Amino acid sequence: MSGSMPILSLTTFLPLLGAVLILILKGDEGSVARNARYIALWTSLVTFAVSLVIWFQFDRSFVGFQFEEKTAWLPLLGISYHMGVDGISMTFVMLSTLLTPICILASWEAIEKRVKEYMIAFLGLETLMVGTFCALDFVTFYIFFEAVLIPMYLIIGIWGGPRRVYASIKFFLFTLAGSVLMLLAILAMYSITGTADIPALMAYGFDPAIQKWLWLALFASFAVKVPMWPVHTWLPDAHVEAPTAGSVILAGVLLKMGAYGFLRFSIPMLPEASAYFTPLVYAMSVVAVIYTSLIALAQEDMKKLIAYSSVAHMGFVTAGIFSMTQEGLEGALFQMLSHGVVSGALFLCVGVIYDRLHTREIARYGGLVHRMPKYAVVFMIFTMASVGLPGTSGFIGEFLVMVGVFKDNTWVALLIATGVILGAAYMLWLYRRIIFGELVKEDLKTMLDLSLREKVIFAPLLLLVFWMGIYPISFTSIFGPTVTDFIQDYGPRMEAVAADPAATNP
Amino acid sequence: MNSFIDLNLGLARPEIFLAIAALALLVIGVSLGDRHTRLIAWASVAALVIAIVLAISDKADGLAFHGLFIADDFACYAKVLSFGAAALAIIMSLDYAEREGMARFELPLLMLMATLGMSLMISANDLISLYVGLELQSLALYVVAAIKRDTIKSTEAGLKYFVLGALSSGMLLYGSSLIYGFTGSTSFSVLAATLTGDAGLGLIVGIVFLCAGLAFKISAVPFHMWTPDVYEGAPTPITAFFAAAPKVAAITLFARVLVGPFGDLVGQWQQIIVFISIASMILGAVAAIGQKNIKRLMAYSSIGNVGFALVGLASGTQEGVSGLLIYMAIYVVMTTGTFAVILAMRRRGEAVEQISDLAGLSRSQPGLAWALAIFMFSMAGIPPFAGFFGKWFVFLAAIQAGLNVLAVIGVLASVVSAFYYIRIIKVMFFDQPTEAFDRVTPTLRIVLIATVFVISLGFIAGSPFFDLSANAASVLFAE
Repeated sequence: MSGSMPILSLTTFLPLLGAVLILILKGDEGSVARNARYIALWTSLVTFAVSLVIWFQFDRSFVGFQFEEKTAWLPLLGISYHMGVDGISMTFVMLSTLLTPICILASWEAIEKRVKEYMIAFLGLETLMVGTFCALDFVTFYIFFEAVLIPMYLIIGIWGGPRRVYASIKFFLFTLAGSVLMLLAILAMYSITGTADIPALMAYGFDPAIQKWLWLALFASFAVKVPMWPVHTWLPDAHVEAPTAGSVILAGVLLKMGAYGFLRFSIPMLPEASAYFTPLVYAMSVVAVIYTSLIALAQEDMKKLIAYSSVAHMGFVTAGIFSMTQEGLEGALFQMLSHGVVSGALFLCVGVIYDRLHTREIARYGGLVHRMPKYAVVFMIFTMASVGLPGTSGFIGEFLVMVGVFKDNTWVALLIATGVILGAAYMLWLYRRIIFGELVKEDLKTMLDLSLREKVIFAPLLLLVFWMGIYPISFTSIFGPTVTDFIQDYGPRMEAVAADPAATNP
Repeated sequence: MNSFIDLNLGLARPEIFLAIAALALLVIGVSLGDRHTRLIAWASVAALVIAIVLAISDKADGLAFHGLFIADDFACYAKVLSFGAAALAIIMSLDYAEREGMARFELPLLMLMATLGMSLMISANDLISLYVGLELQSLALYVVAAIKRDTIKSTEAGLKYFVLGALSSGMLLYGSSLIYGFTGSTSFSVLAATLTGDAGLGLIVGIVFLCAGLAFKISAVPFHMWTPDVYEGAPTPITAFFAAAPKVAAITLFARVLVGPFGDLVGQWQQIIVFISIASMILGAVAAIGQKNIKRLMAYSSIGNVGFALVGLASGTQEGVSGLLIYMAIYVVMTTGTFAVILAMRRRGEAVEQISDLAGLSRSQPGLAWALAIFMFSMAGIPPFAGFFGKWFVFLAAIQAGLNVLAVIGVLASVVSAFYYIRIIKVMFFDQPTEAFDRVTPTLRIVLIATVFVISLGFIAGSPFFDLSANAASVLFAE
């Protein structure tokens, strides 16, 4: 399947090359900052262009891994550098390479100090994100997955808001605590099977009795990353304190790593345990959807509100994944992509007015439509997409998830459907408070509408929101066949357990 | 029968060379005086390098000194590691000693003697030679801890170390005598052959005392109390030395004693090791949180790290010992690098050692800040830095040996310890800068570049090193 060129490694490590180039920049501060910005932008654009090759060369009818690369790394231990993408991971690679140049553009003027380090951190982060989604060896995956903490810790901690230290340490420790438990699960799987190769582990079939422990250990890591209620508390802090671009990447890509983990590891490797714990996941998803939506209603900080909405939207994703139906899984994947674009865009919308007024307090705004009509339109489109208006990307994802979950469990579907209503409530209310009303505050009267740079940032996201909403088949055709195959492979084993939970007991 | 040939002196080439070199340099040092300390120090480093070459070239395995001394791959591995660590420590001490007015030629020589003692410990194949090697090492270390004899802190450190060290030696001797009394032999080879299956109560008490004595030397909980005070009180390069080479020697000796003669009694000693491992990991993680002095923090960090290394030993398997060796090798590099940064913490000629002194280092000296950040991330076990692989191998061994609870407690302790490691990074990167440190001296710069390189990029080509460690560990289990 793979061409002669190691396209995945190229996509993964190209940003790192750019980071090294920035690292060796010398000169006075102003010129270094300018050069760092341009190098970072061009590197990320070239990376995106390279990743487009993956998009176009990807064989949509083929299920299984494509563009595979494999090199022995620790031969004695059977650990290799193994890369490859399938219909599930390919879209996340694209999402990462798309959002990074947008983030770099969004930080163009917002980041004024230590630009060089900032750009290095961002490009390094891109390498790690792409690597996480491409890795087909559990150890390689873990290295990428865990190393993400380093640049993100620095991005929040150095360029963040007033409570950045608290937020960055909380983010680091929460994620690390989950990850080390996953590490134990990896070690246990490795000592049982003698391999860390993901395709081999997916085919292995672990003893159901041991699966439960392994599943819980993996769950600890992915649930924190998604994040699921009740381990979501790091997310609002991290989002509020992170710089705009950091929030975009956090919501757009990093949260998806958790859900990706469920799809790549928990269900395929541990289907029996996954079936056994499905009620738990449903319960946590329902609580996440309803409870965090209610919390979002009470927020006075824009970023915090969107952060809580992220938790709610990711609740849809986890419910959809564990419904194990074609619609549910496709919906979850679609919702993740849509959320990546929409929540990223919403954080960028907050960033636009934050850059002008340096506050995120909702009450400080109002009546912006009079001064910033273009901004009002853009913000409205993304608000609608977040609410799930038909014709936008948000609708497809939420609708498919609800159909899928309904097939599996009516009550869960009913409960998460209330989240759609609550979502509309908090998002529309947020929009009303910021955009509509009288323009009475003095400092708002001088605000400027979107600049050219900001328009350039929003244009591709707007395009995507409508493309995904109007012609979703461009995306579902990528992961559709993989999902069908996925359900055929693991569905029956999960159903057997669902029918008779006692079967998993030793 | 007792002919000279039977001694097999060739097997002890590195030790014999080191002994002669140390004595010769002593004579030279006395005649040249303190003005030529730098020459003596570099000659000591050269002697250690030659000893490394002697240890690895033209290697032969076997017993020497009528079974008191053993040369094998395991010993070779540990010797190279501790000689290397000692050489780096001597190099790092050069500039410091001159600035602090403690540039006496005895300093490198005592470190050389201590290293000779370590080498004998590593190769000990008898309780007697174990004790002799240990005492040679310890006596030299007591003196270097107090080498800055006109400061109260350094003398206090030396005295404290001596008193507690003597106590531990006493316990070790007591344990040895019990073992001898209940088995009739002090030779590891004889013990390994005769001890199978069940052990009597007297023997177990003996093993417990032996373990207690050795736990003192590696500063494992509950025998760790001397560590923070000695680390803080001793001059910084000496602390760097304490943290690396003697730890390697003592912990490999620990592994050899438990796995070799008492290998069949693994059920008896395993629970002791599991306990001190858990206690060390937890104490190292929790007690470090409140520290303000970076040397004290490193003391607790070393206690925690020893706990992690002991996870490997606790599993009692070949994979476990291999993990222990890998962990210690990586630990030595990390800790040496960290102390190189601590040694570079000088303002207008004065050494500073508060964590708050690091504030804003990433802006005043980004290179130094990134180096320390890499060591801290590595100590916290964040991939891709080398520290992660050390943890990977010890926990893998623990899981394979079925010690799941130990593994879970271990990784959770590593999360707690990550807090104080990333807090140092926070101070360097997030806080407002204070006054910059003095320029980093060239020797420290070289040490820093080398250690950063190994820690950050070592994983790409780690395979031969992991194989080497596995091979060294397999020697102990070859029956």
